[in-house]
Amino acid sequence: MSESREDSRLHLALNAFRATLHRDLVVTGREFVQFLVQALMQPLFFLFIFGKVLPGIGLAAQGFTALLLPGIVALSSMLASLQGVTLPLVLDLGFAREIDDRLLAPQPAWMVSLEKLLIATVRGTIAGLTIFPVGWLILGSSFSVRTDRLPTLALMILLTAATGAVIGLLMGTVIKPEQISLMFTLIFTPLIFTGCTYYPWARLNILWFKIVTLFNPLTYCSEGLRYAMVPPFHGHEIDTLGIGWVIVALLFGIGLCGFAGTRAFLKRVVS
Amino acid sequence: MNSAPAIVVRDLRKQYPQAKANAVDGVSFEVERGGVFGLLGPNGAGKTTTIGILTTAVVPTGGEASIMGFDVVNEQVRVKQRIAVVPQRPNLDRSLLVREILTFHAAYHGVARRERETHADELLRELGLYERRNEKADRYSGGMSQRLMIARALMHKPDVLFLDEPTNNLDPQSRLFLWERIRALNEQGLTILLSTHDMHEADQLCQRIAIMDHGKILVNDTPTELKKLIPGGNSLELHVETADPARLAEQFSALPGVTKVDEEAAAGEDGVRSFHVYASEAQSLVGSAAQTILESGARVRDISVRRATLEEVFIYLTGRHLR
Repeated sequence: MSESREDSRLHLALNAFRATLHRDLVVTGREFVQFLVQALMQPLFFLFIFGKVLPGIGLAAQGFTALLLPGIVALSSMLASLQGVTLPLVLDLGFAREIDDRLLAPQPAWMVSLEKLLIATVRGTIAGLTIFPVGWLILGSSFSVRTDRLPTLALMILLTAATGAVIGLLMGTVIKPEQISLMFTLIFTPLIFTGCTYYPWARLNILWFKIVTLFNPLTYCSEGLRYAMVPPFHGHEIDTLGIGWVIVALLFGIGLCGFAGTRAFLKRVVS
Repeated sequence: MNSAPAIVVRDLRKQYPQAKANAVDGVSFEVERGGVFGLLGPNGAGKTTTIGILTTAVVPTGGEASIMGFDVVNEQVRVKQRIAVVPQRPNLDRSLLVREILTFHAAYHGVARRERETHADELLRELGLYERRNEKADRYSGGMSQRLMIARALMHKPDVLFLDEPTNNLDPQSRLFLWERIRALNEQGLTILLSTHDMHEADQLCQRIAIMDHGKILVNDTPTELKKLIPGGNSLELHVETADPARLAEQFSALPGVTKVDEEAAAGEDGVRSFHVYASEAQSLVGSAAQTILESGARVRDISVRRATLEEVFIYLTGRHLR
């Protein structure tokens, strides 16, 4: 018998957690190109059309590109982490049950979902970061990001990725395999278009819509990133949602969704 | 060395939300260390739920269960450390290569790197998978997947192995191979609990068998003792051409010592009914049964005395209706 028999439960569980994380890092590394293509295809085109083509033919105002870029970072980061959890989880809990091997490892089941959140946050963060070189390449001279708020920028990308991860966990445990395509349409489309990705919140002039956007977590991510990224325009700071409120709202949302998602996950794996 | 039973189950109950009846309804049994225990029952009898509780995937609503002295509800981490599960359907990690499935499984269980590398290669060779260790498991056949799941289960050297209907979808070769492996593992001291509805399998492998139906254990004994449950240990099988099978069944029931009569259409013979007459002394009824048939104006096609098989015990206890 191996010595591990005598190890404390905490030690066993932490070890299982680390090995599970290692497994996911290996798999992510192996599928990295595929992951990048998946994460970057949409933002790449958005940046090109909205940030380059439209301003070039005078259909978008000068300075729009600078406002758009943070929205694209937010969207890419959130979608990458969200999709990193949701789809695999729906399939896994629905029929593949590949997760069973990790659930049978000597760790409490909630640690398996925590690990999923962690790896998804890593994926979302990587996706968010890759937008910067890609944006620089596509936008050329109109690429502008302020550098005096880098810690806030780092925090915002992390929070955005984590938000995507908890929403992904909740969706992944609630959606049944046969509902996937419907739910993606029902959730993704409104999520993308009411999330202040393509427009700053302060400039919205339809009141009900302005209120609706506040129920979308992506709004806070886009606005927080705008605060951290958009350089002053003619000496004026742009108007965004207050960064303090943004961080509080996101932390609250992550806590709430993370708790609900973990509960739903436990309900699915332990009956 | 502790000689307490490997598995102890006391008055175990599970009621799923919104279900009217208990899926597991007051089940108790013990499995000795080094024993092979079979849970036998029709589909929906509660076997998989029982295994689910013992492997921490299902929370019981009543009673208690322990593995190697650890409670399955309160000491899950300790339980998981000591058990391994081979499920009904393949659940192999398809993002990993075959060999990695084994090494990562061992890593989850805290097995040191060098040990898990060596052990993985040993098991892959033993189970005839070594040549194809660097493929993904989705290219494996059903039999190979099954072998791989067994290899995976053994990677962390468990004390108790759970096999949930392990040979359900296997070809005869794979089935025989699996049976040999199960016997060999048991000889090495592994405690095994398997569920099946293949009577022959249970008869071949298990030292004790519990027959379950509707969430309850009907009997729990050795295969030899179970076969004695059918009165006389054997039955009479009669193939008869008759217009009124119900009346004939009634007449058979009235014969001396008859405890039960089953009747169904004989396979492949038009208009012929097949009767199973269970009696304390079935062979002594051949004459009177034949006479009963002749007197009723029916025609005998075939009469045979049959030794009890586990399958008959099973049908005798759980009935013939479909689930």
